[in-house]
Amino acid sequence: MPPGLNPYQKAKVHVTQKRSQLQRFFHGAGDLVSFAGRYFREVVRPPYEWREIFYQCYLVGYKSIFLIGLTAFIMGVVLTIQTRPSMADFGAISLIPGMISVSVVREIGPVITALICCGKIGSRMGAELGSMKVTEQIDAMEVSAINPFRYLVVTRTLATTLMIPLLAIFADAIALYGGFVAMNIHDTTSLRHFFVAALGHLGFIDVVPSIIKTFFFGFVIGLIGCYKGWHARRGTESVGVAANSAVVASSLAVFIIDMLAAQITDLLL
Amino acid sequence: MTQQINDIAEQKRIAGNEQQEPVITIRGLKKSFKDHNVLQSVALEVHKGENLVILGKSGSGKSVLIKCLVGLEWPDEGEISVLGQDISTLRYDELNALRVRVGFLFQNAALYDSMTVRENLSFPLRMHKKTMTQEKKDAVIMEMLDNVGLVDAIDQMPSRLSGGQSKRIGLARTLILRPEIMLYDEPTTGLDTGTSREISELMVRTKKKYNISSITITHDMPCAKLTADRIIMMKEGVVVAEGSYEELEKSEDEWIRSFFH
Repeated sequence: MPPGLNPYQKAKVHVTQKRSQLQRFFHGAGDLVSFAGRYFREVVRPPYEWREIFYQCYLVGYKSIFLIGLTAFIMGVVLTIQTRPSMADFGAISLIPGMISVSVVREIGPVITALICCGKIGSRMGAELGSMKVTEQIDAMEVSAINPFRYLVVTRTLATTLMIPLLAIFADAIALYGGFVAMNIHDTTSLRHFFVAALGHLGFIDVVPSIIKTFFFGFVIGLIGCYKGWHARRGTESVGVAANSAVVASSLAVFIIDMLAAQITDLLL
Repeated sequence: MTQQINDIAEQKRIAGNEQQEPVITIRGLKKSFKDHNVLQSVALEVHKGENLVILGKSGSGKSVLIKCLVGLEWPDEGEISVLGQDISTLRYDELNALRVRVGFLFQNAALYDSMTVRENLSFPLRMHKKTMTQEKKDAVIMEMLDNVGLVDAIDQMPSRLSGGQSKRIGLARTLILRPEIMLYDEPTTGLDTGTSREISELMVRTKKKYNISSITITHDMPCAKLTADRIIMMKEGVVVAEGSYEELEKSEDEWIRSFFH
């Protein structure tokens, strides 16, 4: 803020700055909606770049499986260990598998998977496309008469939309196994008994909405990662900015979708 | 070496006299970014088989001009006709069909860094020559790499290539679709004198072998001398001079002379 301003002028400058920030936010939001619109127009129009789609599915799915599995296992263990004392106070140890399964399947599994993917996949896509933009590789594709949006954005967003639900289901299973391992630290229970008790508490409303929301998580992670990279400005600094803002924006979007999904599921109950 | 460059330039000028038919026509081209007028009523023609060199200082609108020719930038006003087609009236698929016939070599070559040299070259073939057999594609790739003298680099990643090698691979990738027009955006920038000369000679050989018309943007005067059939000079978005290398070299104008001396 320039020096020597009276309080009224300072307030005016402050309001002007806030207004321009707000304008930038809405401009960005409008741009993202238009980017999503282009995605939907392109995704329904064959031919598809199957080779690139499968390669991106491999990168998103297979390359993330160890990290997701390890995190989910730890999550299952920690959740069980921290829940056990309270449940023991109420004499409800036998309800732990059911409680763990509902928590994991409805909320923790999908959200943790999505957040890990925001960091790992969203940032990769932001940085990769940002770098391609800065080094004119996207322009090179365009002038070679190859539609870069179809080849880069559609394939990546489709891959995250399809793979993140699978990763979330895998994370759910591993987290439950983690819960089983943690249960056996203090108590003795068989794998079969634990899973029968855990799955017995799961109903349609626990499983189906949580799987549906993971498609949306996957979609926003891919779309926002690509959007941030696609709109990187010239210069190497913008690659870092694109990767960073892809993680922040997609994580925020995951929480917003989760909140909406919880509200909608609640209405259905 | 100077004699060799002069000989090639002389041959080029003789060939240039036979060129008539315009493959690129630009009339009244204007382009601005916010308040900055980058191009102000530019008009030019490029004839079949001719290499037009555009000289000008940084920010004079040269790169924007050639980006307008392939739809990477859209002019505010004016007409651009490429191979007889007015690009402002083309649909996206029609523009893409035209783009296949126009090659663009970027300043930093813009090789796809996640692909090997072979994949960089096979990528345009895979996208545009779907009916071509794999054997034929391999043969075309080898021919292009042989043209640029880098057959041994076929399985290398772009990050392992030097600046000059990247430019040559970029040229091979652009030529693989056999364009009728080439647009070179500062093809020798950032290269040492020897490598710049190699790239310039490669451009001349390529033009001769495939009968390609081209526009070259450069600051490199030996490159201009070697490759240009005609030169136009741009200053602040306006064409201020036109002629052969020798004509412009003898100009009395101080600004023009500053490029040659």
